[in-house]
Amino acid sequence: MSFVKDTLDGVKATFTGLATTFREMVRPPVTIQYPEEKRPVRPRFKGRHVLKRYDNGLEKCIGCSLCSAACPADAIFVESAENTDDERYSPGERYARVYEINMLRCIFCGYCEDACPTEAIVLGDNYELSFTDRRSSIYTKEFLIEPVPEGGKATPQKVEPGIYTRSVPAMKDPED
Amino acid sequence: MGVEQKLGNMGVVTTKLEELVNWSRTNAMWPMLFGLACCAIEMMATQASNYDLSRFGMELMRASPRQSDLMIVAGRVTRKMAPVLRRLYDQMPDPKWVISMGDCASCGGVFNNYAIVQGVDEVVPVDVYVAGCPPRPEALIHGIVTLYEKVKGERIKDWA
Repeated sequence: MSFVKDTLDGVKATFTGLATTFREMVRPPVTIQYPEEKRPVRPRFKGRHVLKRYDNGLEKCIGCSLCSAACPADAIFVESAENTDDERYSPGERYARVYEINMLRCIFCGYCEDACPTEAIVLGDNYELSFTDRRSSIYTKEFLIEPVPEGGKATPQKVEPGIYTRSVPAMKDPED
Repeated sequence: MGVEQKLGNMGVVTTKLEELVNWSRTNAMWPMLFGLACCAIEMMATQASNYDLSRFGMELMRASPRQSDLMIVAGRVTRKMAPVLRRLYDQMPDPKWVISMGDCASCGGVFNNYAIVQGVDEVVPVDVYVAGCPPRPEALIHGIVTLYEKVKGERIKDWA
């Protein structure tokens, strides 16, 4: 009788093992069809940088280079120049004439975001950064800066003298 | 090589042959099972079912360089590892491609020191650089799609 019992045990074991297979056959697939379908990123995801503007179109970046000093990978290069009231890019004395980030150096740690006194640089949610040569991995200010908002004017702006004397905006709530 | 050079001036035939060859190359490009650091973890995640590299003809990672077409340099390359990496690249049969995955492989990343090769393109010719530290699986797939675009643009007269 042990032959019959062994056979039945074998059949049972086969179906026990195949139960997982059959279960997975009816389950919906878990694969995300990436280039067509993108999984949304988390709210605090750190992707490609964006340089912000004020509502009137002036750039938030004042060219202080604190981001480049905070950068652990030395990925940021800032060169500042003087603002005038005839050609005003940002509030205060200076603006970033050259702003370059080497995307291949950047490790997306967000220290630049923390160091920025005007919240000009923000890490966005674009992660699709592939290059066929190293030269194109250097993102200049034209790439990084966001478009002029609705109702704002493009920089450089011609402004009345004596309005934009302060480079860092006055904080309403210092606790913030 | 001889046939390709003879076919080089046959117009529409070569165009179609190019398309066929490039199509077949982009649909069966096997990467080498080769991870150096934390980027390799993301490479494994890309291979796993959530992202599933098999959709791009990368059915499995080949552990042997002689059976692989694509080298994904995933991680930091130390000066000691560089000759090994070059040897593995030399062992791969033509046509072969290299993806430099992540910041460390592409240009050293934060490790700007004497131990790390500042960019794997000092050692092997790189086709696509993928930024990120480490890149998300999606970013690696984007790099692979970029490489496929590049491969689809290859011409018979540039072969060999």
